[in-house]
Amino acid sequence: MQKSLHIDPGKCTGCLQCESACSLVNEGMVNPSKSRIKVFTFHDEGRFVPYTCTQCDEAWCMQACPVDAIVLNPVNGSKDVLSDVCVGCKVCTIACPFGTINYNTSTGKVVKCDLCGGDPECVEACPTQAITYVDANATGLDKMRAWAAKTDNAAGA
Amino acid sequence: MHYVIIGAGPAGVNAAEHLRKYDPSGQITMLVAEDVPPYSRMALPYYLVGNIAAEGTYLRKNENHFESLGITLKQGRASSVDTQSKRITLLGGETIDYDKLLVASGATATRPPIPGIDSKGVHNCWSLRDAHKIVADTEPGSKVILMGAGFIGCIILEALASRGVDLTVIEMENRMVSRMTNEVMGTMIKDWCVAKGINVLTSTKVSEIAEASGDDSLRVITEGGETLPADVVICATGVRSNTAFLDGSGIQVDMGIVVDDFMQTSASDVYAAGDVAQGRDLSTGEYYVQAIQPTAVEHGKLAAQNMAHGHKTPHPGNVNMNVLDTVGLISTSFGMWMGVEGGEEAEMSDIENFKYLNLQFKDDVLVGASSLGMTQHVGVMRGLIQTGAHLGEWKDKLLKEPNRISEAYLASAQRQHVNLGA
Repeated sequence: MQKSLHIDPGKCTGCLQCESACSLVNEGMVNPSKSRIKVFTFHDEGRFVPYTCTQCDEAWCMQACPVDAIVLNPVNGSKDVLSDVCVGCKVCTIACPFGTINYNTSTGKVVKCDLCGGDPECVEACPTQAITYVDANATGLDKMRAWAAKTDNAAGA
Repeated sequence: MHYVIIGAGPAGVNAAEHLRKYDPSGQITMLVAEDVPPYSRMALPYYLVGNIAAEGTYLRKNENHFESLGITLKQGRASSVDTQSKRITLLGGETIDYDKLLVASGATATRPPIPGIDSKGVHNCWSLRDAHKIVADTEPGSKVILMGAGFIGCIILEALASRGVDLTVIEMENRMVSRMTNEVMGTMIKDWCVAKGINVLTSTKVSEIAEASGDDSLRVITEGGETLPADVVICATGVRSNTAFLDGSGIQVDMGIVVDDFMQTSASDVYAAGDVAQGRDLSTGEYYVQAIQPTAVEHGKLAAQNMAHGHKTPHPGNVNMNVLDTVGLISTSFGMWMGVEGGEEAEMSDIENFKYLNLQFKDDVLVGASSLGMTQHVGVMRGLIQTGAHLGEWKDKLLKEPNRISEAYLASAQRQHVNLGA
């Protein structure tokens, strides 16, 4: 059974442990600016929304890549960037309508969440279970809708 | 069912793969014009800079990719299409019969009609072969003049600069990349280039290229009467859709091949996709040659759906967008970045740090955007434009603080259960 990240912004305290863990494991340094999961802060409402790639079925990034550097991971369903194939053209960063694949200026490659190969560090790091890794039996659209509803609660706008 | 695809760029390749998915038993033939496997022009600058080998530009990396999908690659160029007998003729006279034809023949770099433009030492930078020639003809210290500071000119700037050449860019518009920047942003890109040691001449037109007597070098003469010496001139002044072989076919051509919302041309069973196709623009609803990678890919897929399944999938239109890396300075533009009548604008400008963001609204909907020096979450600008999400109170927040665009996206687009599925 494939699993996916489930994010419940209502439980997020904004501690940013997920960002630290993500950057440490994936970039070798604690540097939230290099994290693939980003916690957005809505100061007006005192709310926090962790945000990362949903591994959407449409895979806009993968389709837009001109050199086949983004591939489907058959085990966990993530769309993974092959760093040695990526030329750094950044077309995926404008093609992804969620804004969840980004260019890393220090490596000259793009980065995105790959679910840490099936054992997401952000989940491990989250002290309040705002981020969990659960069975993914929903379709991509259902996933997005669920996500949308969660974001609604969180933003409270 | 025999599907024939003219062209093996991103549009042709994606169409072939999707045709195979939708029609497991159909025969698929893809015409490849150049004598190399299907490759990406987007990757050429990275080949030129030496980051990747030529193979790194290939669209598909597995040598048996097309064979394993039962897609026949055939080398050749189409010279004419007969839509009555459903037959294409190749240069050399060979003919291929089709049931359904996709024209994905792309575009070609053009040269302005000025004296001396065909001199030896004047190159385009469009094909893998051009890139090979530029690599062979330049060395550190070579005097290189780049004509045209549009998208292609800018994207090869870094590759040229990093080869250690003495580089001058000549652009007839008053700023760099005028088709994706306003004056503030275009001027910032120019200032950045100048700070990197590149000589940039805007509002300057080349009137003639003369061959110097005695050696192989060239003299580039501007309309203002200035004469600039050059070892190599690279012409990146524009591209044109490849439609000449359709003359006499009856297929309607405007700036590119005219297509309907099912990507079909004026001839039945003939479709067009990618840089050659004048497809629907999402923002304006008009038909326009966007000539960008994401649109080529989406056209290819859409054409395949309509070719294999009948006309069930109308084209909603593509968001015109670009991302450009000019010697390390990253810019993007989306949709109606220049604004719309009766719209409103939000601007954040930090000239010293080369950061800029411009948002364009119509009522409470984002219709266009452009950015400089931003690399994080830029895709949300596409998301907001494509979904037409109502920003509500977030629009006023963005008018004051445009850099809260990602939060506005989370609070509005995702909340409205927008369907981004294609």
